[in-house]
Amino acid sequence: MSSKFEVTETLDVKGQSCPMPVVKTKGAIDELAEGEVLEVVATDSGSVSDIAGWADGTDGVELLDQREEADLYRHYVRKTD
Amino acid sequence: MSTDTPGPTDTPDVEALRARVADLEETVAGLEAGADDRKRMTIVATKGSLDMAYPPLILASTAAAFDWDVVVFHTFWGLDILHEERSKNLKLSAVGNPSMSVPNAVAALPGMDAMATRMMRKKIGENGTATVEELIELSLDQGVDLQACQMTIELMGYDEEDFYDGVTTGVGAATALNHMADADVQLLV
Repeated sequence: MSSKFEVTETLDVKGQSCPMPVVKTKGAIDELAEGEVLEVVATDSGSVSDIAGWADGTDGVELLDQREEADLYRHYVRKTD
Repeated sequence: MSTDTPGPTDTPDVEALRARVADLEETVAGLEAGADDRKRMTIVATKGSLDMAYPPLILASTAAAFDWDVVVFHTFWGLDILHEERSKNLKLSAVGNPSMSVPNAVAALPGMDAMATRMMRKKIGENGTATVEELIELSLDQGVDLQACQMTIELMGYDEEDFYDGVTTGVGAATALNHMADADVQLLV
């Protein structure tokens, strides 16, 4: 996973649970241009596996990083094409 | 080099090979043009209780986030999920659910289903779980094809106008099977 990237947009899905973090991430990625990076901030612990699984199974996105701090899960997804 | 390399007498007819290659290229081009590389999922939703409304809707909306082509065919009590009024009042049964903390004899008492439903709705709210209505709107927005079986619409005495805008009506088993035949994932809920 690369660590050098700039966040273009941040999506707040705190307090929301499955399937919302993934579905809203998809919606937000659709709004970005190629190369831009979405930060997703979630409280759902299932979002770690779900967003990784979604990114793995979806063309045109790349999971850059996932971080956990103070009960918040931050996911960084780049739109690739 | 092998000593049994084919001699000139085995040289294939170049013209025939060229023709064959051209044929194959045409076939491949046709296949590529017709191929939809999206994954497909067909779910048949037959239950209309609060707990059974969630799995098809969550899977459908998530699959749409994967850009899958998704059809959910609702039949029998599954129609209630798409019924605008009834979908807001789906119930949980207290009876016959071993996970409930009360014995069946108690669960069968009047008011117990309503109580179980209230408790479940409270938990759904506290957990930040989407409502059935939200998941339906989300699925439709993402292009999920939510279908209401025409035969059971009539059997249940519903009207096509009773369903959410965007729900497909006038479909039957053949429509579901047709999608299912080419689906990567088929589920009966």
